[in-house]
Amino acid sequence: MRNIRLIGRLDVKGPNLIKGVHLEGLRVIGSPTEHAQRYYQQGADELIYMDCVASLYGRNSLHDIVEQAARDVFIPLTVGGGIRSADDANRLLRCGADKVAVNTAAVANPKLITEIARRFGSQCMVLSVEAKQIGPGHWEAYTDNGRERSGIDVVEWVKQGVALGAGEILLTSVDRDGTRRGFDIELIEAVSSVVSVPVIASGGMGKPEDIAAAIHTGGADAIAMADILHYKRATVGDVRKAAQAAGIDVREFDHA
Amino acid sequence: MRNVAIIDYGLGNLLSVERAFEHCGANAVISSDPDFILRASHVVLPGVGAITNAMESLSRDGLDEVVKEVAQAGTPLMGICLGMQMLLEESEEFGLTRTLGLIPGRVIPVPNTAPDGTSVKIPNIGWYGLRVGEADVPWTGTVLEDVQPGEAVYFVHSFMASAADHRHHLADCVYGGNPVTAVVMRDNVVGCQFHPEKSGDVGLRILKRFMTL
Repeated sequence: MRNIRLIGRLDVKGPNLIKGVHLEGLRVIGSPTEHAQRYYQQGADELIYMDCVASLYGRNSLHDIVEQAARDVFIPLTVGGGIRSADDANRLLRCGADKVAVNTAAVANPKLITEIARRFGSQCMVLSVEAKQIGPGHWEAYTDNGRERSGIDVVEWVKQGVALGAGEILLTSVDRDGTRRGFDIELIEAVSSVVSVPVIASGGMGKPEDIAAAIHTGGADAIAMADILHYKRATVGDVRKAAQAAGIDVREFDHA
Repeated sequence: MRNVAIIDYGLGNLLSVERAFEHCGANAVISSDPDFILRASHVVLPGVGAITNAMESLSRDGLDEVVKEVAQAGTPLMGICLGMQMLLEESEEFGLTRTLGLIPGRVIPVPNTAPDGTSVKIPNIGWYGLRVGEADVPWTGTVLEDVQPGEAVYFVHSFMASAADHRHHLADCVYGGNPVTAVVMRDNVVGCQFHPEKSGDVGLRILKRFMTL
């Protein structure tokens, strides 16, 4: 029916690709550009770049990295971190981003979602949600790369976000991020069952087979992979094979 | 050297289109200068977002007439995504919007129900394989000459072209069990619903072939 997207996620701090656990304790992995090229060659369907300290400094420093990627990575690029206005979004789009992911500024000012969607189209406006479980079946949205509480319920927030014009949800489980314990299936299900737009599940992928529950039970439309790819525990191709083995439709990709 | 003019009317990620053409060996320039566009060997009409905005922006600068002139002059013209939808006569997005009318037909919503009655998520975002259109028009001599049926390209859209003449419908993909128009073509005018500049190696092959037309 629909092809599930396999997305490489690159969290960036300054010039470095980094990875943490629960979005904290960031370790330097290497060059974002080299990793992006590798995932592109492996057949990633899209890439997501997140400037994970941008909200802290009030600006996104990914312009150069994105502009570099647009030279030789010919797949969709989503860029997030520190986007505070439609003009910020426009600058990143002009550098080669296809979509922008907004979290902190959207929580502070939900109208920004509508403004970006009106100006560039809903397909361009990805609502990034950092979810932390606060009780059975309840998650709170965090901002500033998982550092600040918002007091907002994740399920209510995504409904509102889509009503305001978000065209896609990037759903990151702060609890699972970097833990390799598998996706938070309950969270994915809670969100994808209340929104009509695609949901990208992020956080916790430990092995290629983890994709099955995220899609079949959770109902995600795409998965974002970081740790599993960065530490070379699997390639995008391995995940594609695991998906096919689990009866999940993915893009046919030739390694020619 | 092929001179590709990428029409800039203030919308979309034009840099990626430019970089993809450069990667294919073209001299690609983003421009809103009518004289430049009319002198180019190949012209690209990109676009994302809403069709009313796009048509307004294009018309505000008189570039709608420039695009029509390009088509009439026989210059290879490629519309991408929303740029493809603008090639048809009218679009059902936001009531009815009059578009460029270079290919007979209209732009209709992507079906939100599968043949078995289940609902289908809109927009269609993702990679889908190309297949020959209903009139079986061969891909030889077209932008798809170097593409094998089944090779996947990247789509992101809620509306799609419905060409009045099936012979203009060169390729489609299957989304939610329904055929979705992927490529329309009439003489020197071609439109891709998907993003060739974002479709990896398959997309680059399509752009390279376009430059030989």
